[in-house]
Amino acid sequence: MAPSVVRGLSLIAFLVLWTVLARANGDPTVLPSPLDLVRPFVEEMSSGELLYHLGVTVLRVAAAFGLAMSIGLVLGLLMGTRPALDRWLDPWLVVFLNLPALVLIVLCYLWIGLNETAAILAVTLNKIPNVTTIIREGARALDPELKAMAQVYRMRRADYLRHVVLPQLAPFITGASRSGMAVIWKIVLVVEFLGRSNGVGFQIHLYFQLFDVAMVLVYSLSFIGFMLAVEWLLLQPAERKVRAWRLA
Amino acid sequence: METGVICVSVKSKAFGKTPILKDVAFRIKPGECLAILGKSGVGKSTLLRIVAGIDTDFEGTIQRPDAMAFVFQEPTLLPWRNALDNLLLVHRGLPERQAREILAKVGLGEKADQFPGQLSLGQQRRLSLARAFAGNPELLILDEPFVSLDEKTAAEMVALTRKLMTEIAPATLFVTHEREEARQLADRVLELEGTPATVVPNVVRPVFQKEEVK
Repeated sequence: MAPSVVRGLSLIAFLVLWTVLARANGDPTVLPSPLDLVRPFVEEMSSGELLYHLGVTVLRVAAAFGLAMSIGLVLGLLMGTRPALDRWLDPWLVVFLNLPALVLIVLCYLWIGLNETAAILAVTLNKIPNVTTIIREGARALDPELKAMAQVYRMRRADYLRHVVLPQLAPFITGASRSGMAVIWKIVLVVEFLGRSNGVGFQIHLYFQLFDVAMVLVYSLSFIGFMLAVEWLLLQPAERKVRAWRLA
Repeated sequence: METGVICVSVKSKAFGKTPILKDVAFRIKPGECLAILGKSGVGKSTLLRIVAGIDTDFEGTIQRPDAMAFVFQEPTLLPWRNALDNLLLVHRGLPERQAREILAKVGLGEKADQFPGQLSLGQQRRLSLARAFAGNPELLILDEPFVSLDEKTAAEMVALTRKLMTEIAPATLFVTHEREEARQLADRVLELEGTPATVVPNVVRPVFQKEEVK
């Protein structure tokens, strides 16, 4: 079977299981079936509410993701190639790795205020240690022979980074972005839940207080749908392009 | 000091407490090919890395030109870039037309768009050789570039290397454990021996002339 067919069938199986469970439960206010979600979804969509909050959350995810990936990439590369620096920074990394997301979020809000800066900073700080650790592994495994080659032939620094280092780090970068995306959007929801007045997390907070299970599901599923689209339409094609040389 | 002469003088080199090289000194004139013979593990590769400036942790002085090329034991190509880009990315000033000519010269004219992984080991070695000569080096260093090739491919490689060496005429430093290879390529042979390795006395001699081996 073609991969796309398997993917479709697997998703349908999930929906069927969900419908069966909803039927067995019998109370749509506790567990609405997928069909029960269609009407609230359409209403929320046509009022523009859903798109607005979805858009706000996407922007926050993108900002935090971009920041965490670039800072983590630089840090990981430095720590992976400079053992002295690594010894100094490693304890910090361990501290930040083990700092619960919630603590960072609360502290950022307390110190900076209930604003956008604090929200994005909290998410970014949560993700940087993770990216750094993964990229550091990649940087430690860089091929010393290729480095020697670049040195003898006096390759330009920019060329060396782009054409020698980056391709070697590519699998680690994809790994970090994949796990990064998933973690970041979950932390963004918590940030919105706790201290923002828009976004998917804020809406979920609102409907949680109204005991409206259907709307909570509508919002979270919409975002999951969006992330699946990103994965299939952006990440996977990009990955295929980067890996082309391996398959040739 | 004469210009263009490569002057190597390594007083000592150690890895940790293990001494590897001691009192190794020689000079290479432009266009001259010096072979260094020695058993595996004697420190030949270490010496080459010092000469090339890859390893700077030693006592002594090296006088070398900026335009250098190194043919490593392994092809050491960029597997994620095609054959042509492997030349162009390393030699930024090289026009594409010229890079294609060099590829054709080493018999890879048709392979410009292929990734190194699609080439045979012999072809990868030739690409690595093309990369070395593409920069018109003043100093060319070869670290056993013909090992693990079958006899026929190795002979082809030696012939190709010789052809390119006469064309570009760099000062060449060449390491091998095969006396025959040294005979075919080198003007002079120097032998490394002992622990720490040093130049064997009285072997710095013009034993072989290129003309001899036609």
